Amino acid sequence: MIRIAAILVVLAVLSALSVVHLQYQSRKLVTLQEREQVHTRALEAEWTQLQLENSTWAAPARVEKIARERLGMLTPAHDALVSVDYSSGGAR
Amino acid sequence: MKKSYTFNHNPLLSERLPLWRARFVLALLLLSLCGLVGRAVWLQGVNRDFLQAKGESRYARTLTLTATRGRILDRHGEPLAMSTPVKSVTAIPDMATLSAGQVAQLSKILSIPLEDINRKLSSSKDFVFLKREVPPDVAAQVAALKLPGVHNADEYRRYYPVGDVTSHVVGFTSIDDKGQEGIELGMEADLVGKAGSRRVIKDLYGSIVEDVESIRRPQNGNDIVLALDSKVQYLAFSALKQAVEKTRAKAGAVVVLDAKTGEILALVNNPTFNPNNRVKLTGEQLRNRVFTDVYEPGSTMKPFIAGMALESNRYRPTTMIETSGGQMTLDGATIHDSHAHGAMTVSEVIQKSSNVGAARMALSFPPEQMWNLYDSLGFGQSPRTGFPGEVGGRLRPYKTWRPIEQATMAFGHGVSVTLMQMAHAYLALAREGEMIPLSLTRLDSPPMRGRQIFSPEVTKQVRSMLELVVADGGTAPQARIPGYRVAGKTGTAHKLEGGRYVNKYVASFIGLAPASDPRFVVAVMIDEPSGASYYGGDIAGPVFAQVMSGALRTMGVRPDAPILPTQVARQTVAPLPAAENM
Repeated sequence: MIRIAAILVVLAVLSALSVVHLQYQSRKLVTLQEREQVHTRALEAEWTQLQLENSTWAAPARVEKIARERLGMLTPAHDALVSVDYSSGGAR
Repeated sequence: MKKSYTFNHNPLLSERLPLWRARFVLALLLLSLCGLVGRAVWLQGVNRDFLQAKGESRYARTLTLTATRGRILDRHGEPLAMSTPVKSVTAIPDMATLSAGQVAQLSKILSIPLEDINRKLSSSKDFVFLKREVPPDVAAQVAALKLPGVHNADEYRRYYPVGDVTSHVVGFTSIDDKGQEGIELGMEADLVGKAGSRRVIKDLYGSIVEDVESIRRPQNGNDIVLALDSKVQYLAFSALKQAVEKTRAKAGAVVVLDAKTGEILALVNNPTFNPNNRVKLTGEQLRNRVFTDVYEPGSTMKPFIAGMALESNRYRPTTMIETSGGQMTLDGATIHDSHAHGAMTVSEVIQKSSNVGAARMALSFPPEQMWNLYDSLGFGQSPRTGFPGEVGGRLRPYKTWRPIEQATMAFGHGVSVTLMQMAHAYLALAREGEMIPLSLTRLDSPPMRGRQIFSPEVTKQVRSMLELVVADGGTAPQARIPGYRVAGKTGTAHKLEGGRYVNKYVASFIGLAPASDPRFVVAVMIDEPSGASYYGGDIAGPVFAQVMSGALRTMGVRPDAPILPTQVARQTVAPLPAAENM
């Protein structure tokens, strides 16, 4: 009888300790998860900013300005175009 | 000796205590027990919820999880409007008891005047914004000061990467992230997200220890994919801007429609505004002339009258119409042609844009039939694209028409429309006579069959008349595009001011290309050009050509006309190494 009681007491103590341990573990994991979530949000914010930056740099107005002013490009005049006629002599 | 007492026989003990004392103590003990039990019942039972709530409020917190507003994208997924997180500096005036030095520091970091901060901090509100949408580094500096009652709040700010190019379509939001104009307003319900919440337990240091309840996830707003094509939009934007500056016009607008689907590929207005910086915004800049401004379309109406005439089988493109030297008097009013001609064919009436010719044709039909035509083309009713503020113009019931009114309506006076309605009506000419609904958003499936207004044969005949407009002898040779067959119509309309026609004009050109199998409809409207000319062909024609040729080139539409003035390289004549790689 006493032996059974002793085993039960030991089991109860062990279970109590494991509750403490698991609680501690769960807290640790929650903190970790929280940190990762903050990180996710920061990355998301950065991603939107990068997307914005990308489309700001690639805005047609800016591209055209650089093409015209810095690179000296222009739309070719119509009579400067050479069109290739495939129907007569495209095959070799 | 005195009487001695043994320990056992203490007389004091033999003295009986009065019974009430014991009873009294017992009663006292019982009473206090009752008190304790009562208190326990009060705390544990009756007042339990309140106390538990109070206790929880010391460690449990409900966090709102903000939802992001959806993006607005062009048809290729380029962002046109996007939200990005920013910080705002807020204060709780009751808690913020700051020294003069601290206020000075704050004012320096946030670069707002001292008295502004003081005024906000002394307000009776529970919560004030000191400054909204501050850069992250500024927010960090404020946080480092650790001032009582001063906090950083997370907010979103809307950015428009292409700025003024798409401002009239996309619109903008208020500082509270609510749509104010354009798509931002029209599709608000789709764009806004639903904020979620999360209940957590926080420890002494404010870090989250445990989730108490299940998380309600925030629902981010949906992305809206517009039909807009940023490249075509930019082409239209820059062409219109140049034209408005060159002709010193008051305003202008351009619409590009996809003839195959009814999608709105570009929509620009001038003057315009930068949605990222709306400090000096005027009503003129905000006006979306395409959807919300009506004008009298002028001669751009004539092709529909020609279509009606051909549809009746009483006219053919070669039927002669007497224009009586360019003058016609009806009900005491006289209609003039800008250039007098004698008898003309129906084709020539369109090509030379004869008002008298168009009026003659229209008057040979009952008003009801003409009203039905205009009504089925969408005039006088809202285009129902879902754009906020779109109007339907004005088409009076045919019963009130006098003959002179029917005559003027044939060449687009006495009827008011929006540029979008005109472009929409021309869509029927570009689509073998079929009217399909317009779409602001990208369509992923082909549109349903629409209502047939003209037969395909009549549409083809009208289109070839419209091709004559840009040919030699037409009103708009400026709208020609090398390599493509263009069909279109000019419009030069007097403006109405205070009920009278004045010598101010709206110059317009609406056209389609390639005429053999139209891909695009481009409508150009220039309001009050004040240069040497005010004719639709001179003013709006070149804008049309610029936008249309750009759109055809970007979309890689195959030329349908012989490219005459270009050099053609044939391999037998001049073998080009570059040609082989193509």
